[in-house]
Amino acid sequence: MASIRAKNILIGKPGTSLANKTGGWRVFYPVVDKAKCVACGMCVMSCPEGCMTTSKETKTLIDLDYCKGCGVCAKVCPKTAISMLKEEK
Amino acid sequence: MKKVTEGLKAIAETVALCRPEVISAYPITPQTHIVEELSVIVANGKLKCEFINVESEFAAASVVLGASVAGVRAYSATSSQGLLLMAEVLFNMAGMRLPVVITDANRAVSAPINIWNDWQDTLAIRDAGLIHLFAEDNQEACDMHLQAFKIAEDHEVMLPVMVNLDGFILTHAFDPIEFPEQALVDKYLPKYVPMEKLDVKNPLSFGLMGGPDRYLETRYAMAETMKTCPAVIRKAAQDFNKMFGRNYGELIEEYKMEDAEIVLVSMGSIISSMKDVADDLRAAGKKVGVLKIRCYRPFPVQDVIKSLCGKKKAIILEKALSIGGVGILTADIKAALYGQKNVPEISDFILGLGGRDIRISDIKAIVALAEKANLKGEFYGLDPKLVEEMDK
Amino acid sequence: MSTVKVFNAGHTACSGCGLSLAARLVMEAAGPNVIVSNSTGCLEVFTTRSPQTAWGVPWVHSLFENSGALATGIVAALKMQGKENEARVMAFGGDGSTADIGFGIISGMWERGDDVLYVCFDNEAYMNTGIQRSGLTPFLGATSTSPAGSVTGGNQKQKKNIPMIAAAHGVKYVATACVGYQRDLQNKIKKALAIKGPKYVQILATCPLGWGNDSSLTIQMGKLAVETGLFPLFEVEEGKITNVMNVAKPKPVEEYLKLQTRFRHIVKNPEEVAKVQAIADANFKRYTKDKVLF
Repeated sequence: MASIRAKNILIGKPGTSLANKTGGWRVFYPVVDKAKCVACGMCVMSCPEGCMTTSKETKTLIDLDYCKGCGVCAKVCPKTAISMLKEEK
Repeated sequence: MKKVTEGLKAIAETVALCRPEVISAYPITPQTHIVEELSVIVANGKLKCEFINVESEFAAASVVLGASVAGVRAYSATSSQGLLLMAEVLFNMAGMRLPVVITDANRAVSAPINIWNDWQDTLAIRDAGLIHLFAEDNQEACDMHLQAFKIAEDHEVMLPVMVNLDGFILTHAFDPIEFPEQALVDKYLPKYVPMEKLDVKNPLSFGLMGGPDRYLETRYAMAETMKTCPAVIRKAAQDFNKMFGRNYGELIEEYKMEDAEIVLVSMGSIISSMKDVADDLRAAGKKVGVLKIRCYRPFPVQDVIKSLCGKKKAIILEKALSIGGVGILTADIKAALYGQKNVPEISDFILGLGGRDIRISDIKAIVALAEKANLKGEFYGLDPKLVEEMDK
Repeated sequence: MSTVKVFNAGHTACSGCGLSLAARLVMEAAGPNVIVSNSTGCLEVFTTRSPQTAWGVPWVHSLFENSGALATGIVAALKMQGKENEARVMAFGGDGSTADIGFGIISGMWERGDDVLYVCFDNEAYMNTGIQRSGLTPFLGATSTSPAGSVTGGNQKQKKNIPMIAAAHGVKYVATACVGYQRDLQNKIKKALAIKGPKYVQILATCPLGWGNDSSLTIQMGKLAVETGLFPLFEVEEGKITNVMNVAKPKPVEEYLKLQTRFRHIVKNPEEVAKVQAIADANFKRYTKDKVLF
């Protein structure tokens, strides 16, 4: 038998955590009021998951596959454009 | 041409011929002359290498681990307390499958503090996942380093290798040493080619957590490699013999074993004395042979079975023990022989701990004792006066 | 949005984790041409449960206390491969790894002057093992090994001053940062990585679980730690304080303490609060711009 180095389970390929959709953890989910959002990026900088993006055109977008619903974005938004709503499952 | 050299300096010069790219070690008796000499070799520009002074053996082992995972050949040396301080890193290094080579100048472990020879240090970490090789003399110790790098770095192995030599008995002895030619060393031991490494062009993560769903398989993989690596160890010895013309056996070495009835079994420098005893006793009509365990991990189970089964008596000389259990080498040998046919009677002796002298006459006396009765875990050479004093 | 970045989502940090935010900010500032050695701890565990990894740069974990020595070995290996300009090397550790179990290793690395940026992610206790006291747990903070008992209430010792210890080693660049001030944090990481030699950045990483604050308050907690004076933000270059974040109107420490259950046992006790206030007040006096330390 060739040697088994357990290589495939000892070494990780870049960014493979993306397969783990942590959005399922959420109790509350963020909703962006695009009329209020000025795309300042405060929330993007503050998101512990790094799952937010923003631009003048799109305004703030949230990748709900990964958002854990911590509510940090809603708290830092200077325009109170983000609300946290209860997940209903 | 042979050059009379101190054991440790000879090892340092040989290690330099192996072209390690990162060396990190910490001074400890009786290993210190290796690091001293290597630092001199590097300081004089005779070896292109990063020599890193550190604050402990724990750091030394960690530095070479970091260097190895970054893709270069790395080396360290230690002894006794230093090896135990490295222990946590050594388990990790083996689990991460990093082919570092470490020299251990075998020394007793405190308390009481004692700088002299036995095997307690290396045998205390026998379960870490390193390959353990034991040298009989300084020439073998030197040559074993070339083989150690070759075995460790083989892609079928990828485990750290420890080269063991008895403290003071070998480390500080001056012997005529044959140093190999650099060109031949380079041919025997080409540049290390890692299978993967820390590299911004291929950004892999190393040292991941393995939970209950995965850990078992990683240890299984190590155990499987230990089963298959003897082929690599044998080939390393054979190729070495072909290229340099020196042969010390492969996993074991047998001395006058063909017709032997009584077999002396041990490891390391005591083997030389045992060979002399075998010669002397044969001259007196006793059929005595010697079994040298050259590779302790992986333990050469099949070789030991083949070597010992059919013999009348095996006498194991131990320079370490598992306190509360039995002699460590004895446990391995008995486990190997269990369930086999024609198993010899076994006597085992604990001796030489903390540097207590073992003379030819002592080994002959042990043979005489073992001929009278099968003795188990017998401490040989105790000072009766001290034993009495301790009883008071 | 599943393109691989230097630090990726899908990791298993708690909701609102200041440490995952700090790590992301550090990595985004550092960019792809870095190699990271990471001590055992929350960051290591929540990013690399095999076979998954959140990292998009070469990353290695060995033990709890040796990320600094690993970094030394990596720097040496890069040099031997002629790749020292290909990647910058960073070593990461938590507060326990940095101030306690790995402290000797870090001192050795600094003394050697290795070209490593050591980042301490300071969440002020051993969070990975369940909130035990470390050398960086704040004065009177309750943890599971410095509990709010009836005789002694919380941690009786002050935070070990690692930035000053680093500066005393001759570390070329020492800075403190906080998740409350993201751009400042990232500027400090960029500045540090541009310097050859040893660098140390200690980042206060809020921990909703360990501190007992609401998970949405990650940023506010960080800001309050700075605005009260309990975690001053400064830079030390070549032994001199070159920059201190100005707090025009310091806030009373109560504002910070009352939001966290770890200080619940003292917020109604003015004498105890006064002791914490005294630390904050002393910090404002101690860290002043242009002060020569060593």
